Amino acid sequence: MNEEVIVSGRMNPLVDPHLNIWGWPIPLYLFLGGMAAGILFFAALYYLRGKEDEYRVTVRIAPLLTPMLLVVGLIALFIDLRHKLYFWQLYTNIKLQSPMSWGAWTLMVITPASFIWSALHIRDIIPSWNWKYKWLIWLEGFFNRNKKILAWVILIFALILGVYTGILLSAFNARPLWNTSILGPLFLASGLSAGAATIILLSKNPEEKEYFLKIDLVIIAVELFLIVHMFMGFLASTQVQIEAARMFLGGEYTAQFWIFAVILGMIIPALLEIMELRRFHIPSVISSLLVLFGSLMLRFIIVYAGQMSRWLY
Amino acid sequence: MRYAMAVDTRKCVGCSDCVVACQTENNVPIGYCRDWVVEVTDGTYPQLEMEIRSERCNHCSNAPCVRCCPTGASHIVKGGIVLVKPLECIGCGACIASCPYDARYPHPDGYVDKCTFCIHRIVKGMQPACVEVCPTRCLYFGNLDDPNSEVSVILKKRKWKRLIPEAGTEPQLYFLI
Repeated sequence: MNEEVIVSGRMNPLVDPHLNIWGWPIPLYLFLGGMAAGILFFAALYYLRGKEDEYRVTVRIAPLLTPMLLVVGLIALFIDLRHKLYFWQLYTNIKLQSPMSWGAWTLMVITPASFIWSALHIRDIIPSWNWKYKWLIWLEGFFNRNKKILAWVILIFALILGVYTGILLSAFNARPLWNTSILGPLFLASGLSAGAATIILLSKNPEEKEYFLKIDLVIIAVELFLIVHMFMGFLASTQVQIEAARMFLGGEYTAQFWIFAVILGMIIPALLEIMELRRFHIPSVISSLLVLFGSLMLRFIIVYAGQMSRWLY
Repeated sequence: MRYAMAVDTRKCVGCSDCVVACQTENNVPIGYCRDWVVEVTDGTYPQLEMEIRSERCNHCSNAPCVRCCPTGASHIVKGGIVLVKPLECIGCGACIASCPYDARYPHPDGYVDKCTFCIHRIVKGMQPACVEVCPTRCLYFGNLDDPNSEVSVILKKRKWKRLIPEAGTEPQLYFLI
C-alpha cells in the first residue's frame, strides 16, 4: 500500500484536490480558434488556387463568420484571465518558448486579417454596401490590389493558429495527458474538419459540397489515425502516461470521449458523408453539426481530463 | 550563487509550523498556502513506513513555469529563485498548469503567487521564515555553490532524493532520507 496525504491541509482553490485552473472559456476558445483557422485556411488556399468563383462559399462567404468566431474566442480568453487589466502585458513581450505568447501574437495578425478578408467580401451578402468614407474606399482598393499577399498571410497564420491550439497544451509536461506532440496535428485536423463542415453547411453548390465532403472524410480518417496513434504512444510510454491513457480506456472519461467525440463526432458523420456521396438523400446539416459538436467535445474533454492527469511522487 | 533547501524527512514531525510561519510572514490570504506538509505511508500493518515532507516550490533550474509564461512575469533571479512580478502577470494560469509540483496558486487579487524562498529576508542575511521557525531544525537553507554552507555540508553527509527529477525540471529542494 502507498498512501500520500497532505496533512497540513493544503487546499489552494483551483489547484486542489486536482488542477482546475481552466474552465469552459479555454476549450471554447480552442474550438472557435480551430474552426476559424479551418475556414480561413480553406478560403486562402482555394483563393490562391484560383477557385474563387467555383467555390464561392469557401472563399467568400464562410470567412464572413470568422471575425465573429475569433472575437467570441478572444472574449472567452479574456474572461479566463484573472488579472484582466494587465492583459496588454502579452503585447510588450515576445517569448519564443511560450506557446501562449505565440498564440497571442498570431491572434494579433489573424484577427485583423479575418476582418479585412470579410470586408472585401461583404458585398456578397449585402450587395448595396457602401464604405462611405474616402479612406475606407481607398483601403478596400489597396487590399484588393494586394489580395494575394493577404491570402498568403492568412494561409500561414491560419495553420499556426490551428496547430498552436494543440501545442498550447502539449507544452505542459506536468500534465501527462497533454504532453504528447500528437495534440498539435490532432487539433489542427479537428479545426480543419470543423471548417470543412461549416462550408458544407453553408454551400448550395453541389460540386463544392461534394468536394468538401471528400475533404472532410479524409480529415476524419486522419483524426482517427492520430487518436489511435496517441493512445499507442501513451501505452508504450511511462507510468504517468499509461495512467493518463487509462482515463480513456476504462476510466472516468471513457464514455464521454468515445461516445461524444469519436462515435458521434467522427464515425457517424463520416458514415453519413459516405452515404451522401453515394447519392442517398441525407441532409448534410446532420453530419456537419455532428462534426462541429465532436470538435467542441474533443477540446472540452482533453482540457478537463488533462487537468486531472498528473505526475506521481 | 545557487540557493537550495534541504528537508530532513527523518527529523520532520509534520507539525505544520513552517506552513503557519509562511502564511504569517508573507501575508498569504486565508485558505491558501505556499508550503505544505505531505505524509506518505508505505506498506501494510504492522510493517509500515512513514515519510514526512515539508514541500514548497522547488525553484527549478529548468523551470517550466518560467518557460510557459507569456509575459515574462515568471522569472528567475540571481541565486536561482523563481519569482512572479504581480504587475506583469495576467493571471492566465499557464504556469499553474505547467508545474508538476502544483506549487503555484491564483492569488485572490488576480496574479499568481508562490514561495519566494523569503527573498526579502535572505537579502538581509536572515533565513526563510519556515527554516527559522522549524522546531525540529529539519530545514536547511543556503548557497549550494559555497561548499561550507549548511545545506552543502548536509547534502555531502547524507543520502538524499529530489521529487520527480524525471520531469526534467532540475528541482532544488532536497529531501534527506
